[in-house]
Amino acid sequence: MTIVATFSVEYTQFLDPQGKPTQPLPNFATNCEELVELYRRMVLTRVFDAKAVVLQRTGKMGTYPSSLGQEAVAVGLGNAMRKEDVLCPAYRETGAQFQRGIKMSEILAYWGGDERGSCFQANQDDFPLCVPIGTQSLHAAGIATAFKIRQQPRVAVMVCGDGATSQGDFYESVNLAGAWNLPIVFVVNNNQWAISVPRSAQTHCQTLAQKAFAGGFAGEQVDGNDVIAMRYVVERALEKARTGGGPTLIEAITYRLHDHTTADDANRYRDKAELNKAWELEPIARLRHYLTAQGHWSEGEEAKWQAACSQQVEQAVQEYLAIPAPSLTDMFDYLYAKLPHDLIEQREQVIAEAKLGGDNHHG
Amino acid sequence: MAEITLIEAVTQALAYEMQADKDVIVLGEDVGVNGGVFRATAGLLEKFGPNRVLDTPLAESMIAGIAIGMAAQGLKPVAEIQFMGFTYPALDQIINHASRMRNRTRGRLTCPMVVRTPYGAGIHAPEHHSESTEAIYAHTPGLRVVIPSSPARAYGLLLAAIRDPDPVIFLEPSRMYRLVKQAVPDNGEALPLDQCFILKEGRDITLVSWGAMLHETMQAANTLEAQGVSAEVIDVATIKPLDIETILASVIKTGRCVVIHEAVKTCGVGAEIAAQISEKALLNLQAPVLRVTGYDTIVPYLKMEKYYLPSEARILNAVHQTLEFA
Repeated sequence: MTIVATFSVEYTQFLDPQGKPTQPLPNFATNCEELVELYRRMVLTRVFDAKAVVLQRTGKMGTYPSSLGQEAVAVGLGNAMRKEDVLCPAYRETGAQFQRGIKMSEILAYWGGDERGSCFQANQDDFPLCVPIGTQSLHAAGIATAFKIRQQPRVAVMVCGDGATSQGDFYESVNLAGAWNLPIVFVVNNNQWAISVPRSAQTHCQTLAQKAFAGGFAGEQVDGNDVIAMRYVVERALEKARTGGGPTLIEAITYRLHDHTTADDANRYRDKAELNKAWELEPIARLRHYLTAQGHWSEGEEAKWQAACSQQVEQAVQEYLAIPAPSLTDMFDYLYAKLPHDLIEQREQVIAEAKLGGDNHHG
Repeated sequence: MAEITLIEAVTQALAYEMQADKDVIVLGEDVGVNGGVFRATAGLLEKFGPNRVLDTPLAESMIAGIAIGMAAQGLKPVAEIQFMGFTYPALDQIINHASRMRNRTRGRLTCPMVVRTPYGAGIHAPEHHSESTEAIYAHTPGLRVVIPSSPARAYGLLLAAIRDPDPVIFLEPSRMYRLVKQAVPDNGEALPLDQCFILKEGRDITLVSWGAMLHETMQAANTLEAQGVSAEVIDVATIKPLDIETILASVIKTGRCVVIHEAVKTCGVGAEIAAQISEKALLNLQAPVLRVTGYDTIVPYLKMEKYYLPSEARILNAVHQTLEFA
């Protein structure tokens, strides 16, 4: 017998769950200001997330998918990306999106049922949230193809969950990324659950990272609750892609501490003990322990920052609630660059029927 | 000027626009070295190089999906899917993303892309190679659906499709690929994407069709002419948006209409045309609008496909029923 190929998956972690370094920290992490910045961003994401859930519960917003517990994944990757890179998110990446110029009020508007929430005012190229699972992986591959054709030093970053790695589009994009050596980074937010289906039932693969091997490139695991490790591996993968080194798949191991969405109740399928154990690994307390031990953070600073986050989020909520209703004809006016003649009559019809206040306008 | 076939007109349009606009990228399975399974992209790789003509791995959802990403970055991808039956894996990308990216981002991201595919039966091809499911695409808001039926219209409509700022499904009737030749000046002139073409003027009845069925429809019109019946023939050409005005004007003039398509009858585009005529010109009709279509069956394999496709005889039969309606 001859072995014709071997593969290995590396795992990266810098801080253990108690916030103790498990190896020397990377260069950027020796700068306490950078670490405090990552910490602040994670807290802000969590405060926003909690408020978004409240808005749904109080009838001020539609269904919302919480990113509770996965803040390090989004904040780490968003922090590593450059402005000119392009993010193709799933829908738990608010922590990255805020760093890319996307406003809190835009995210709220989207989940509040307003298409304008994806018309990012300060970001022209990032893709909107992606609900059909895993389909965004091909958009990222197409964006990376455009970068390659135009020889631009930019990278497309796609984020998906563990469930998405079972989708055909995911495999197709991994295959293409390898075949064309595309400047793309795949980040799999392995939060252990795809609604009610656990990671163990999703695939027999030992890791999700190894799915990269089918594409002929490197796959690695990272502690997705360690923001230092997240930022480090994503930055490394971005640099590799930017300089012609091709794609990387990063499996970030984390945990969905909330229900799938506000329309879900995980108590029906998830063991409470598992959830309690996952709380011991969560990313924010971990970095706070480290920063506090290093003398870079204190209870006083914590209180001040929590208050600042609440204020910022509250202001975003007020902005969101103050957004005037969309125009009645928007559903026609953004369908094509120029409204085709066959739709003119229907466009007039929606205006006329709204004036009559028919039964189809339940409020 | 040399006369060219419909497939050569497709190649001519692609080459013209690739020369004129460096953002136009051709991609698909076997489109490069092989020049496409029908030779639609023959010579393009040699002329424009591997950065403009991309031989992709074999995955149709991927072809549509990356075209979306490329288009959002400002490129103008022209994707080839080898046969219409293989566009179905790409439906998720086309319906969930390409057709609605402009709407869902309120114009921030757009998909100026074309998906070209041969469609229709009658070329003795294997299973899954004879589909005509244009209604699926016509049913999808945000798309345009274009079907040329002559070399000149293939050239002008494909140029228009590539230049259009929204996604266009461009269905090429494979039975017409090499059926007729025509002189097509390579002048870069596009045709409108929202107008029917009147192929023959007439007074007594309106025959509405598109794609390869125009071949039998024109034969029927010529036979009718010899019988003293003056038939007007309309090539719909753009299934979506549908130019119902041109059809209505004709039906108001003739009072009679038969719609001919090779797609299945139920929920076909012919049903939409008949419905709109009844909504807008009922009192001008001298007879019900009839449809001559493929049956509501799977297209038979090559041995029996000719019994599925509407024949000239079936068209004439429907025309006479319409003319004799009391």
